[in-house]
Amino acid sequence: MTSGIKKLSRYRRHRWAAPALLVVALIGLGTTFSVASEAPAAQNVAVTQQSSQITEGKRIFLQGCSSCHGLNAEGGAIAPSLIGVGAAAVDFQVGTGRMPMADMSQQAMRKKPVYDAVQTAALAAYVASLAPGPQAVDPTSLNYERDGNTAQGGTLFRNNCAMCHNFAAQGGALTLGKYAPTLMGVDPKYIYEAMITGPQSMPKFSDKTISPAEKLSIIKWIKAAQSEPSLGGASLGRVGPVTEGLLAWTLGLGLLIGIAVWLASKAR
Amino acid sequence: MSKKEQIAGNVANYVDERTGAAKWLKKNLTKVFPDHWSFMLGEIALYSFIILLLTGTFLTFWFDPSQNEVVYNGSYVPLQHVSMSASYASTLHISFDVRGGLLMRQIHHWAALIFMVAIVAHLLRVFFTGAFRKPREFNWLIGVGLLTLGIVEGFLGYSLPDDLLSGTGIRIAEAIIQAIPVVGSYLAFFAFGGAFPGHVFISRIYTVHVLLLPGIFLALITIHLMLVWYQKHTQYPGPGRTEKNVVGYPLMPVYMAKAGGFFFIVFGITAFLGAFASINPIWLYGPYTPGQISAGSQPDWYMGWLDGLVRAAPPLETHAFGHTISWNILIPGLIIPGILFTGMALYPFIESWMTGDKREHHLLDRPRNAPNRTALGAMSLAFMLVALINGGNDIIATHFHLTINGIMWFTRIGLFVVPPIVFVITKRLCLSLQRADRELVLHGRETGRLLMLPHGEFVEVHEPLSAEKIYTLTQHEQNAPLALPDVDQNGVRGATGLKGKLRKRFSVAHAEQVPSPTLTEAKAIEHH
Repeated sequence: MTSGIKKLSRYRRHRWAAPALLVVALIGLGTTFSVASEAPAAQNVAVTQQSSQITEGKRIFLQGCSSCHGLNAEGGAIAPSLIGVGAAAVDFQVGTGRMPMADMSQQAMRKKPVYDAVQTAALAAYVASLAPGPQAVDPTSLNYERDGNTAQGGTLFRNNCAMCHNFAAQGGALTLGKYAPTLMGVDPKYIYEAMITGPQSMPKFSDKTISPAEKLSIIKWIKAAQSEPSLGGASLGRVGPVTEGLLAWTLGLGLLIGIAVWLASKAR
Repeated sequence: MSKKEQIAGNVANYVDERTGAAKWLKKNLTKVFPDHWSFMLGEIALYSFIILLLTGTFLTFWFDPSQNEVVYNGSYVPLQHVSMSASYASTLHISFDVRGGLLMRQIHHWAALIFMVAIVAHLLRVFFTGAFRKPREFNWLIGVGLLTLGIVEGFLGYSLPDDLLSGTGIRIAEAIIQAIPVVGSYLAFFAFGGAFPGHVFISRIYTVHVLLLPGIFLALITIHLMLVWYQKHTQYPGPGRTEKNVVGYPLMPVYMAKAGGFFFIVFGITAFLGAFASINPIWLYGPYTPGQISAGSQPDWYMGWLDGLVRAAPPLETHAFGHTISWNILIPGLIIPGILFTGMALYPFIESWMTGDKREHHLLDRPRNAPNRTALGAMSLAFMLVALINGGNDIIATHFHLTINGIMWFTRIGLFVVPPIVFVITKRLCLSLQRADRELVLHGRETGRLLMLPHGEFVEVHEPLSAEKIYTLTQHEQNAPLALPDVDQNGVRGATGLKGKLRKRFSVAHAEQVPSPTLTEAKAIEHH
């Protein structure tokens, strides 16, 4: 070891020693600089991407949304302002096909989305850039199966949701043709976003009213109710006694009268 | 005589010597009943009642009618560790942990719905054929009583499981009790043993549901059937059928077999519904707490009209002398049902007063031959149907994309407008049907066969009806309106006042008929 250093120190006064050292130092400095500057460079790229996403979002907005919501999303006589509604509201409304509306009926209904995921994200980014608001929910962060509690979710659902969405989340009527839609087959992400943004007639459930963990429990209960097999036979829509009464009058009485007619007919 | 027959004879003799049953049985087993499918609607109600007794008894073995709070630990996972009343927990236990429990619960509930369906169908048959006329007015009253008690009994059963839907129903019942002026709030306190929901109500209605009302039912059904037995069954008109006879088959063996078989068919259909159609899935509703409610909370169908009337009522309240009168509940929840059921109970007496008919009737009317009565019945039915539609307004709104407010306004206006329209249309229809009958009797059946006469004229061949058919179509009596003099024997005009005027008008309306063809008319037609 000592001999190695001695060997090296023999060249310290070599005439190439200083230039070689300079080259090594420069390479070291350059590498360090490039490593150190790499992050900001990537950030720059991201910023450019985001701004181009916002630009794209704005373009779509001007094309598809501004006629009702205004050129700067400031709202109008027939549509609300979107400043401050956040990316979550856009993701919910556009992602479930509610926006753009098909017609000016009582309420936007769930249908096949007009914009794909990339376009929706661009629109969301644009609206989010106007003012801060709730962020779109990352579906991978909603591990409701692991973090939720079905029984607690059921109690919360009956306390907060069932009065409009019905006891089995089948939906229900509101005033003047508005309605609370069925929650069957709704993506957990959209259920979560609906709770934090309060679309249309729905109230907003902030994290202080229902904590994020409780929201996961509600989603878990809805999913459990959806996948629960109909334990008592045909479910009859899970809308309560109306369909039961209808079946009793039609199938029940129909069969009984049919048999009574048969019993009272004369034998031939 | 074989050995077996000898033993059977000895046993029968032993019983007869001690009870005298042979003579009674011989008389009653040969009793004749007329045959028609519509006479079996009441039977459906009777058999449903028996099914209700059997399945209900099964359910009482596990049901715990208590509002004590317990924590659920049964096998339905989504409700585990939720606190609830013992009655709800025991209903879950019956549904999930008792073998055949859910099936029995569902058969019980379907049988209850069919019971009420059959009672109403039976009532309609009795009304539209005029089977309530003398001497059967008392039986009509008992029937109205059974219908009323059936509604109450059904509602109590609906309330017992203490799930979210049950509790909502009880809450509305409490509101209706409270709407009784002045004493309402006290009555509600007595019923619930304090403030709603209290902790005694379920156990109280349980006793009424499984003991008091079934007892009254048994007694009333027995009297109902004994009166049918004693007064004999009515029959549809036809050749050989008079006010003095009954044409049909004997009880033994024909009706023993038919009725016995029909019981098992009713049981089978109810069990089929119980096995394949879910009814009141209480585990999805969750336990009742007064802070919760589900969208689309409805009563069972037989109270749907009542709920519909309450839903249609505009918000009216009066405050006077420290009391609040909630007209919005008092009128639709108590006053209108009171008027409807009183009117229904009194109808046989009202009709007899209108027509002045005090004779016995054992031959039924074809509905078209009593146009005024048929129209009155259709009118009442239309009122109930409009109210019933409003009872399900939220479900109709969501499933047919209508607005709930639109349905409510349709009901508010329809309750007053639809029944009179239905009255007029029904009466016209009945008279048209009478006219069609008259045509049929006088000109025979149109065969659709064309005949060319020698001089080239085409005529359609009409086939004369059989004598039996002509008899059936012309046998009904057509009574003239009451001859009520405007001036009484002392020469006073309108001495009977408004009552007399009304009676005269009703009597005229009731007597409106298309004249039945007479023999001379028939003969005259035959000639040309």
